[in-house]
Amino acid sequence: MLRSVRPMTPLVLSAYTLVTANGRGVGPVLQALRERRSGLKPCDFEDVTLKTYVGRVAGLEDFSLDYEIERFDCRNNRLAWLGLQQDGFMVAVAEAKQRYGAHRIAVVMGTSTSGILETEHAYRTRDPGTDGLPNWYRTRYRYTHNMFSLGHFVRTCLGLQGPAMVISTACSSSAKVFATAARLMQAGLCDAAIVGGVDSLCHTTLYGFSALQLLSAGPCRPCDEDRDGLSLAEAAGYALLESNERISGRGAVALLGYGESTDGYHMSHPHPEGAGAVRAIEDSLLRAGIRPEAIEYVNLHGTATAANDSVEDKAVYSIFGARPACSSTKGWTGHTLGAAGITEAVISALCLTHGLMPGTLNCRRVDPSLKSRVLRENQTGSLSCVVSNIFGFGGNNCSLVLGKL
Amino acid sequence: MKVAILGIGLLAPGLVGWESSRAVLAGRRPFQPEEVPEPEAAFLPPNERRRSSDCVRWAVEVAQEAIVQSGLDPVDVPTVFTSSGGEMGVFDKLCRTLATPERMVSPTLFHQSVHNTAAGYWGIATAGRQSSTALSCYDDSFAAGLLEAVAMVCVEQWPVLLVAYDLPVPAPLNEARPIATGFAVALVLAPPSDDSPAMMQVRLETACAEGTGCLENPALDRLRQDNPAARSLPLLIAIAGGGGGTVRLNLHDSQQCILELGSCRT
Repeated sequence: MLRSVRPMTPLVLSAYTLVTANGRGVGPVLQALRERRSGLKPCDFEDVTLKTYVGRVAGLEDFSLDYEIERFDCRNNRLAWLGLQQDGFMVAVAEAKQRYGAHRIAVVMGTSTSGILETEHAYRTRDPGTDGLPNWYRTRYRYTHNMFSLGHFVRTCLGLQGPAMVISTACSSSAKVFATAARLMQAGLCDAAIVGGVDSLCHTTLYGFSALQLLSAGPCRPCDEDRDGLSLAEAAGYALLESNERISGRGAVALLGYGESTDGYHMSHPHPEGAGAVRAIEDSLLRAGIRPEAIEYVNLHGTATAANDSVEDKAVYSIFGARPACSSTKGWTGHTLGAAGITEAVISALCLTHGLMPGTLNCRRVDPSLKSRVLRENQTGSLSCVVSNIFGFGGNNCSLVLGKL
Repeated sequence: MKVAILGIGLLAPGLVGWESSRAVLAGRRPFQPEEVPEPEAAFLPPNERRRSSDCVRWAVEVAQEAIVQSGLDPVDVPTVFTSSGGEMGVFDKLCRTLATPERMVSPTLFHQSVHNTAAGYWGIATAGRQSSTALSCYDDSFAAGLLEAVAMVCVEQWPVLLVAYDLPVPAPLNEARPIATGFAVALVLAPPSDDSPAMMQVRLETACAEGTGCLENPALDRLRQDNPAARSLPLLIAIAGGGGGTVRLNLHDSQQCILELGSCRT
């Protein structure tokens, strides 16, 4: 069967925000990008003894959620809450609620591990006789660890009544939220959507990636010839998506296209030729209705594992050649897993708005086998159209095209 | 939004396979829940099957039943996998390991812990390159997955495979999430055509006081309430009955998915 990808109507990112190890809100993130200051530090998360660097968001241990939302209290939802407080995002959502009504705004969030840290803690204090879990945990699973907890929490905090779901496809989760939200809007199931992603540090991912021998001992070095793995990190980010036909989006950043695919190859290794990645990028360009030549900058997935960076390079080069500037921003933020999609979508929006192309931080010498034009130093100049790539476990790929209207 | 239903897969105690379950769901044969035989999940390559989780084998089993009925090549069909908790059995093993001083996590167990494990294994089994989404909406995961799948069919004008599953939660996690019975269901949905065997009109409404009601058969209703994937039972019963009718599925406390069934000749 021959499938045709249909062009989509641009969706304006009428508000967006981001919290990473680089700071709270887009201001500190942009400043860190400009000053080339990494948020990665030697791992000091709980009692973890692994020799690795992490991008930990400071202060999550120092507060708990208020009484009305106390049942959701866990590291992941604290980070989600912190994200909602930045950049006037709650005000923008309140205004959108006035425009459309609470029933007409969807919530589509992404996460990979949700609040699993609560379950990890509960398992450490099982009853030695009965193997039973502690009482405090039993009523909390639904509001913390369950995959939908994040969607439930965000919908509750924002007072929204529209459809809500949590997409969890490992690292591609919060890139795919843009695709799902675009479809819900196009199908008329909502008029606007809150998209985003939140993932927080936990023992499952730290020890899991360590077992896969994918953690770097130092800060990750994307695209470097001596790169030796990724740095895990946490982040929360959100965007309010509205149709260009409903609000005047002139000059604003918009989602122009998305492309989703799978490798159908292996659970934790990318397809050697990047076949799935190529398909995701090509579909995103077709939905945006633009040719590869229109893309000026590619924000790479660029995790700094040996396999990802080289396979991604093959895919990107096969479509764009060595023309557009390419870089990975994981040297700043680390790999925020289920939040990587929104993290890099918001960074791409900042790049478009401020005419910035960040040079790959911690990349001392670009791997000579990479053929794409990998930036090492920051460059400035007007930008109108960028691609952001996110690839994940299960061979799950998603590419977004963002541009200025 | 209007879609055709081209294939159905079903696996639960007393409901093994769609064809043999139709008479039970239509009330022509008694519902006798018995332990489900280990699903063969024949699409999985032997290596993948050997190390796969229960969730993967149940999800693949119903997905292949639905796809075979549809007559479509799985390579061409994007997928939506929905599950409240995903790999709860894997979480139990991981969290036990992480509670030991050594914390020696198995790399295979780790990559099987993601919510898109079943989706990923299905992709490997079918060598598909199409889009694949995995999602959750707690007890309303079936309705949310259906919404995503139907929206995808309507926007892309292309078939979609929807798979919903939740497996019994092992102790001690079942103290926090007591799911006692396994349930997996798959639907192949497609743009409607003149010769579509069964059609469904889907829309969202603000929740009304009348609620969604319960099933006539108390044993089936207990199953519906026990497992989030079994919230699909009212739809399956309506299809098995062969007539039309309207099915309401809760989506959060504020909305309902209204499913209006057309001719059901499958």
